[in-house]
Amino acid sequence: MATLSQNPASTRSNTGAGSGGPSGFPTLPIELDHLTHNYGNRQALDNLSFAVHPAEIFGLLGPNGSGKTTLFRILSTLMVPTGGSARILGFDAAREPNKVRQQTGIVFQAKSVDLKLTVAENLKHQGHLYGLSGQQLKARIKEVLGRVGLSNRAGEYVESLSGGMQRRVELAKGLIHSPSVLLLDEPSTGLDPGARRDLWQYLRMLRDEEGVSILVTTHLMEEAEHCDRLAILNEGKLVALGSPLELKSSIGGDVVLFETEGDEAATRLAARIADRFQVQPVVLGRTVRLERRDGHRFVTGVVEAFPGEIEGISVAKPSLEDVFIQRTGHRFWTEVKEEK
Amino acid sequence: MATLTATAPRTANVASPGILIPAYTLWLREIVRFYRQKARVVGVIASPLLFWVVLGSGFAHSFSSGGGTSPSSHYMAYFFPGAVVMIVLFTAIFSMMSLITDRNEGFLLSVLAAPVSRSAIVLGKVLGGATLAAVQGIIFLVFGPLVGARVSPEAIGLSVLVILLISFELTALGFAIAWPMDSTQAFHAVINLLLIPLWLGSGALFPVSGASGWLRFCMLLNPLTYGVEALRNSLFPGSQAIFSLPVNLAVTLVFCVLTFAGSWAIVNRRTNRPAA
Repeated sequence: MATLSQNPASTRSNTGAGSGGPSGFPTLPIELDHLTHNYGNRQALDNLSFAVHPAEIFGLLGPNGSGKTTLFRILSTLMVPTGGSARILGFDAAREPNKVRQQTGIVFQAKSVDLKLTVAENLKHQGHLYGLSGQQLKARIKEVLGRVGLSNRAGEYVESLSGGMQRRVELAKGLIHSPSVLLLDEPSTGLDPGARRDLWQYLRMLRDEEGVSILVTTHLMEEAEHCDRLAILNEGKLVALGSPLELKSSIGGDVVLFETEGDEAATRLAARIADRFQVQPVVLGRTVRLERRDGHRFVTGVVEAFPGEIEGISVAKPSLEDVFIQRTGHRFWTEVKEEK
Repeated sequence: MATLTATAPRTANVASPGILIPAYTLWLREIVRFYRQKARVVGVIASPLLFWVVLGSGFAHSFSSGGGTSPSSHYMAYFFPGAVVMIVLFTAIFSMMSLITDRNEGFLLSVLAAPVSRSAIVLGKVLGGATLAAVQGIIFLVFGPLVGARVSPEAIGLSVLVILLISFELTALGFAIAWPMDSTQAFHAVINLLLIPLWLGSGALFPVSGASGWLRFCMLLNPLTYGVEALRNSLFPGSQAIFSLPVNLAVTLVFCVLTFAGSWAIVNRRTNRPAA
């Protein structure tokens, strides 16, 4: 569980790391090295370098258009990056895609199950694609279905299952070949809170009992909180890396928000607060935001100094969104060009 | 260091799946999906039959080819190989529409992300579509004797072989067209543009020998012409043909290889753009 304490020893690049398959030697499950990708002249990923440690749940948090999907495509070997490299267990995703594919289980955001087939048939085809067959495959299907709690649904058509159960079939598909790295793209899309909780329980179980390293992309703050470590992306750049707790405590003290009557009033107020209290507030639309130890005391001072300019006040412990705002200077949800 | 070995990633217990098992599994899926959708089964058998009866008997009264008294000179007989090829043509090419739905529904993603060689994907999909097309074409052969087709082990064997080859080449062609597309409507539009001229100009409705100048030239360029001729050679050995059966078979075989290679090349394009 204490994944934070993990020794990030082998961050140096180990090209190929033993052609026979890097078992035993602590190769990093996922390692990005100056990874860059352009769609035409639009930069989707800008020089990303970070690693996922063994047996951790690693979150990739970012708003739409931050480059999550691009990174996911590269890791799942569906796209070749324009620069840098992404390695999975030492294998380069662009140069040795089949080696990478054998090691990775992938759960796409879009449905990938065949609705016209039964649960067991879907898993049988998936197993065949990964080189499993016969009795070994049968045993594995049983095992995986047990793990995701669908043992008694094996013979049902996938189209007759609920959305939550279909997701579980997706997960079972991704796990059929016992991968050591599992990639999930927005896994809780379209799941109700109960199913979402179940999903995270499975992921933790995989991490703890089987030592699977898991990468999850998400645009949901509350989901990111479940991860052992997080990378926050914004417009293709890495803006923060660490455990949710580390990231939040990197913000000094409380987050204070002053609501004003409009954008201009906010700018005016920010300037005056900065002048008076020697702080650097950020203006977000009609809100003035700053970080401050002992926020409640500070608030009283501000209200007394500028009565009538403030319409609302909030003082809160920092959240992941605050981390995002602090690092990027804008809100998580702003209008960004849709990623294609 | 000890802690690191404890959490060192395990390696998946997977061997490379090779080509045959993945191709087989994709083929099987195609077949299972087909017969689970009963409307498709009914549609592909009924519509060409209707087409053949209505159009064939209509034309038969309007004009006749040749003018001899042998059964094969009757227009229904002339039209028969063309009707078989049409069934095969429609089923084969339209079966690859599943490639577009697979892509849109996400199934293709999981196949592309699996450690499967691209040739296995092409082979599995194309064989799947080709099987469906060939089975229908072969079932349709049952009507052959009604219009005087030769019934002998040799004739049946040859016809089946020709149908298999035509199914394969056309499905592979459909694959190459469908692969870059993301909408079934666009596929329909392109296919309609291609399908009807391909079929009309194959000698299915009127013989190549009866065509003039440029049309004749186009018909000779049409790979389907050789498929229709090969089928006519096998079913009606007495009928006039431009080329002999071996020539027609050889050209058809070459086209099988070409369309398959084309599909393979399209799938294997290395690109920085999303694969699906």
